[in-house]
Amino acid sequence: MSLITLAAPTPHAAPRSGFLWRLLRRPSGVVGLLLLAAIIAVAASAPLLYPDDPLDMVAQPFLWPGQDAAYPLGTDMMGRDIASGIFHGARVSLLIGAVAASVSLLIGTATGALAGYYGGRTDAALMRVTELFQTIPPFLFALAIVAILQPSIPTITLAIGITAWPSLARLVRAEVLKLRNGELVQASIALGAGDLRIIVLHILPNTLAPIIVSASILVASAILTESSLAFLGLGDPNVVSWGGMVGAGREVLRTDWYIATLPGLAIVVAVLALNLLGDGLNDALDPKGERRA
Amino acid sequence: MLQNQNAFQSSTREPVLAVEDLVVRFATARGAVHAVDGVSLALAAGETLGLVGESGCGKSTLGRAILRLIEPSQGHIRLDGTDVTHHSRSALRATRRKVQMVFQDPFASLDPRWTVGELIAEPLHIHGIGTRAARKAKVADILAKVGLPPEAARRYPHQFSGGQRQRIGIARALVLDPEVVVLDEPVSALDVSVQAQILNLLVDLQETLGVAFLFISHDLSVVEYVSDRVAVMYLGRMVEIADRETLFAAPAHPYTRALLDAVPQIGGDGAPRRPPLAGDLPSPYAPPPGCRFHTRCPTAQARCGSDIPVLRTLTGGHQVACHFPLATVPETA
Repeated sequence: MSLITLAAPTPHAAPRSGFLWRLLRRPSGVVGLLLLAAIIAVAASAPLLYPDDPLDMVAQPFLWPGQDAAYPLGTDMMGRDIASGIFHGARVSLLIGAVAASVSLLIGTATGALAGYYGGRTDAALMRVTELFQTIPPFLFALAIVAILQPSIPTITLAIGITAWPSLARLVRAEVLKLRNGELVQASIALGAGDLRIIVLHILPNTLAPIIVSASILVASAILTESSLAFLGLGDPNVVSWGGMVGAGREVLRTDWYIATLPGLAIVVAVLALNLLGDGLNDALDPKGERRA
Repeated sequence: MLQNQNAFQSSTREPVLAVEDLVVRFATARGAVHAVDGVSLALAAGETLGLVGESGCGKSTLGRAILRLIEPSQGHIRLDGTDVTHHSRSALRATRRKVQMVFQDPFASLDPRWTVGELIAEPLHIHGIGTRAARKAKVADILAKVGLPPEAARRYPHQFSGGQRQRIGIARALVLDPEVVVLDEPVSALDVSVQAQILNLLVDLQETLGVAFLFISHDLSVVEYVSDRVAVMYLGRMVEIADRETLFAAPAHPYTRALLDAVPQIGGDGAPRRPPLAGDLPSPYAPPPGCRFHTRCPTAQARCGSDIPVLRTLTGGHQVACHFPLATVPETA
């Protein structure tokens, strides 16, 4: 009689409930998450800790970090508070990173899903457009767009968003192609499901792992691109940006290297956090890892 | 049309599904392949037609073409007398309620992120059937019918064994009360001990629900167990259709006989009664002219290499596509 109870399937928790736990079990996941949380905390506290415009000249220029307790990270050659700049710059970087990545995610996922699902001429047409975008180096492309449209936060975000999606489109297309001719989709068609239902409810959720992983990398590269644009002087002139701070500091790099280095470190930490998080997510979302765990 | 009428005669019941001269052509880099080349068959309400053949003979393609998962190149598919071959996607939705499919690999055909209850209710959702409560009741009802506990609805496919997953696949196919279910190698991926349970379940369900099955398999013993009639395919063509008893006792086509001979006999001396077929299945890119089986046929004559044999009726519903059918009196083994 115990045989019967053994044979009955035992109830399990939903397979998704352990996801955060799996992410937190990996060092890269924990470190990435903690660093990202710290950056978000910095961005969120900026208006409270530094209510004034970070572009204001508040003290004498070239104060080294630690020289004046009121300006723990010192001041730059214009007498602007570097700590205030880093705090406010985090807001700009995160905002542009998140929105630009969302734009890329939307274009890339839609293009890849439609190309992979419909195949044939739709695929050929969409992939030619993707290749067209890929033949232009994304940074130069973004640079050109911003130069033409005048640098402001919306134009920079848009420029990064519409240049960064091709690799994601290819990735999504490959994943969709794998599922397209599989029995999962065939079974759904046989049941009478429409294309939209199949793509949104069955295909995309099953390609979510690589999409989420690339999302974190997309945010990281968007932050990096924004910093590069700002470094070259194509940032929004009305807001402080890490890349802009590095760009401003490069003229005095030999004597007052901290002016360029401190915001540079902020960029490194942000990009590192997102890459580590992407790495951790990759492991945590891998179904094979699920079995091991 | 003549073939179809013969199929009608073979059964006193009206056919729910009729396939007429169906052709499925694939354009490939190496040229066109006729995976299904002029196949006709009829399926009466509540009966099981077994479809056998070697892998690559086009039996799965035929099954998928009937559901229009693969578009047929020529021919007709009639459902309850209505030609659905060229139905638009929206018209097809309604007909898809009537024809359902069970796939070979129940793990690949069930979305791993959905609970079993959601998976079985999905067809009802798609076709806008019932209220939430009615759908829930329907799911519980169908789960009971396929022999799964009601709690199964809350679990995920990976928490079930292969046989249980196939029960879920069957429940999903039956929840819309279809008239025809195409079963594509439904037990081939399962352990032999589980195969018998699933086959018995299918037989029971057919009795209670009156659904017709097109049962595709390469396994003759499985087909013999579940089928009322059996159709044999070779290289995209139908070679023989007969009642189960007739086909297994007195095959008229040399290919059918060779297939039956290839089934190991228990209690025999282990030696084959006749030499096995020589050679491999010819390339579907360049099928032999005339009778496609003549290159391997032990009784082939000169005209087999030039004239295409048409499917003709011997006695009753027994049809064979052979210029020189074997004597149809049961052999004394």
